Amino acid sequence: MNKIVEKEDFSEKVVKIVVEAPLIAKARKPGNFVIVRVGEKGERIPLTIAGADVAKGTITIIVQKMGVSSTKLCKLEVGDYITDLVGPLGKPTEIHNVGTVLCCGGGVGVAPLLPIVEGYKKAGNRVITVIAARSKDLLILEDEMRKNSDELIVMTDDGSYGRKGLVTEGMEEIIKREKIDECITIGPAIMMKFCSLLTKKYEIPTMASLNSIMVDGTGMCGACRVTVDGKTKFTCVDGPEFDAHKIDFDEMMSRLGGYKEEEKGKMDHFQN
Amino acid sequence: MERSEEYIKNERKQEWRVELQKMTKAKDRMSIERVQMTEMAPEERIKSQRVEVNVGLTKEEAILEAKRCMDCVNPTCMEGCPVSINIPKFIKYIERGDILEAASVLKETSALPAVCGRVCPQEVQCEQKCFYVEKLNLPSVAIGHLERFAADFERESGVISVPKLAEPNGVKVAVIGSGPSGLSFAGDMAKLGYDVTVFEALHEIGGVLKYGIPEFRLPNAVVDVEIESLRKMGVEFITNYIVGQTASLDDLKKEGYKAFYVGSGAGLPRFMNIPGENSNGIMSSNEYLTRVNLMGADSEESDTPVLRGKNVVVVGGGNTAMDSVRTAKRLGAERAIIVYRRSEEEMPARVEEVHHAKQEGIEFLTLTNPIEYIADENSRVKQIKVQKMELGEPDASGRRRPIPMEGSEYMIEATVVVVAVGVSPNPLIPNSVEGLEVSKWGTIEVVKDKMQSSIPEVFAGGDIVRGGATVILAMGDGRKAAANMDIYLKEKYLSKKVEL
Repeated sequence: MNKIVEKEDFSEKVVKIVVEAPLIAKARKPGNFVIVRVGEKGERIPLTIAGADVAKGTITIIVQKMGVSSTKLCKLEVGDYITDLVGPLGKPTEIHNVGTVLCCGGGVGVAPLLPIVEGYKKAGNRVITVIAARSKDLLILEDEMRKNSDELIVMTDDGSYGRKGLVTEGMEEIIKREKIDECITIGPAIMMKFCSLLTKKYEIPTMASLNSIMVDGTGMCGACRVTVDGKTKFTCVDGPEFDAHKIDFDEMMSRLGGYKEEEKGKMDHFQN
Repeated sequence: MERSEEYIKNERKQEWRVELQKMTKAKDRMSIERVQMTEMAPEERIKSQRVEVNVGLTKEEAILEAKRCMDCVNPTCMEGCPVSINIPKFIKYIERGDILEAASVLKETSALPAVCGRVCPQEVQCEQKCFYVEKLNLPSVAIGHLERFAADFERESGVISVPKLAEPNGVKVAVIGSGPSGLSFAGDMAKLGYDVTVFEALHEIGGVLKYGIPEFRLPNAVVDVEIESLRKMGVEFITNYIVGQTASLDDLKKEGYKAFYVGSGAGLPRFMNIPGENSNGIMSSNEYLTRVNLMGADSEESDTPVLRGKNVVVVGGGNTAMDSVRTAKRLGAERAIIVYRRSEEEMPARVEEVHHAKQEGIEFLTLTNPIEYIADENSRVKQIKVQKMELGEPDASGRRRPIPMEGSEYMIEATVVVVAVGVSPNPLIPNSVEGLEVSKWGTIEVVKDKMQSSIPEVFAGGDIVRGGATVILAMGDGRKAAANMDIYLKEKYLSKKVEL
């Protein structure tokens, strides 16, 4: 178990890893995540599941090099083993046939969005997807998204591919054009915040999937707490998806930086 | 494994025991002073998270202490032991110098003697019921120290005994959670001949013994040896497996598991829901201790970070609060402070832990309660607004209720805050098993003394049933569940074989 069977560099910073995990492949649902640990001194980090192949007994994870742990994971090659891999964790996305769904993903947030897009499509919805990245080389899973969506809009910050502009610009155009029954947004916290503000204006029910800091991922540590509707929730067991209009995104963003200095110290130690 | 009165009396009448009883007069036994546990010097031990505070007894000290035990006709100490250790028998083996035999007596009923010898609150269990305390008003026999001595002696001797096992009966049972309750259950079921598999969500076996209790109180190596003993007894361990998520109970039934013991613990940390509590720098004791104990964040080599600070404030008065505040000291805090809303007398922590904390320079702000956290411009906590409290009438817990004193608020500096005000049951199992009856607090409902849940093949114990207790009570539940699951399974699957 945990053997890496396929690896693809999407960009210098983003890597796709297919790993043997037959039980997780069978049990996972859209919206679930896993916790991985690389090496005996490794940190436990949460990663979303981008896909699974039940027959082959594999899951796909897409990792962005951020700190020590994600960099170590990206350095593993085909044939290597991930020291620890546990899941699936978190509540799955509640997918129903609601009509027209707008799915918005930014950066590596596009990866966990893929199974959700697939799920909505299978449930009989009209699915319109907007994916965004800073530039062309950071854009991922375009073909897969196109295949599973009724319409796909690609946005880049610098205009190097698709249309120039932020994800919200693509979204608003759609919202003005036709009735949207539900929206889901996954990406950097700041992006989700603005997606949420936009859909709130148009009163479209919206879910956001959060990528909080976690240690165990099973409800034990409380590092992932987030304020939703004025109440403290744990992303790992109560989420990772919440009603976007009720999330305190500013607090969430500040909590993501809770270990910034310590993480930088670990990175310096790792690089030297 | 029965502990009937008759059995205990017969054991006491064995020739070697009678000989020992005659060898030393009661008066001489009583004149020996209780042994003092040697401790590492506070200024030395606070330099490392992984130096054990209590050094342990020497063989001479242990034998002398064992002599104090009167080998009572009616050993009341045993009534105080949740896992029914034959206390006089193991102590008399120590008196005789036969330490390995003493260790094997412990193993008859306890899966984790070296752990219990360290973390059990003996002063309110076996030792409180000791003849010395009950009848003589003298310090009890140091049962806990002796237990630790025997278990450590065996481990260090390298000659580790495996308890007698019944013939394998081929019946598969699953244990959910590898903490003290699950390990205790697994040990008893293996002895009874069952095919036992323990499923653990984390990457390490041991549950709270690994992620919670720091190494300065309970070294991981000690826990690992006890786990190794269980492996030798045939218990299988699977890590990174969350029953209810990785696979369901029904999936496991299809794999042939006939019954389940849920010992998934009290996973969910409680917070106080006061303003500013989600500021950076404020975390649960579970998070703080897990980062350090399980993930090794006290070492530079670990990839897991932990917050360090000049002023570390720990909120709470239990053993977990003491573990957290003493950890903070070891991570270099200049001031490590306990803030507790009642007085020291009401603290649920063991007296020994409070004593050790004080030796290490921990400050105690009792009758004080946080009411708000103040953060700096980067949302990092910098101050706590606290309120003074006074004690009123006793509440449901029997302890005097703390009452806020109006107008007594003031600020204390804090760069890191650890909230250790209790835990709630982990919801993963209760949420994932249909038909499982759960209380309004989220604990699994069981038939008391049987530990059987509303689903006949599912038993449960430890914190997932109690909502927050001690290692030894969790272990006692595991033993009870094993005895009752054995009856249940024998009736259901093995009755024909039994008749043969």
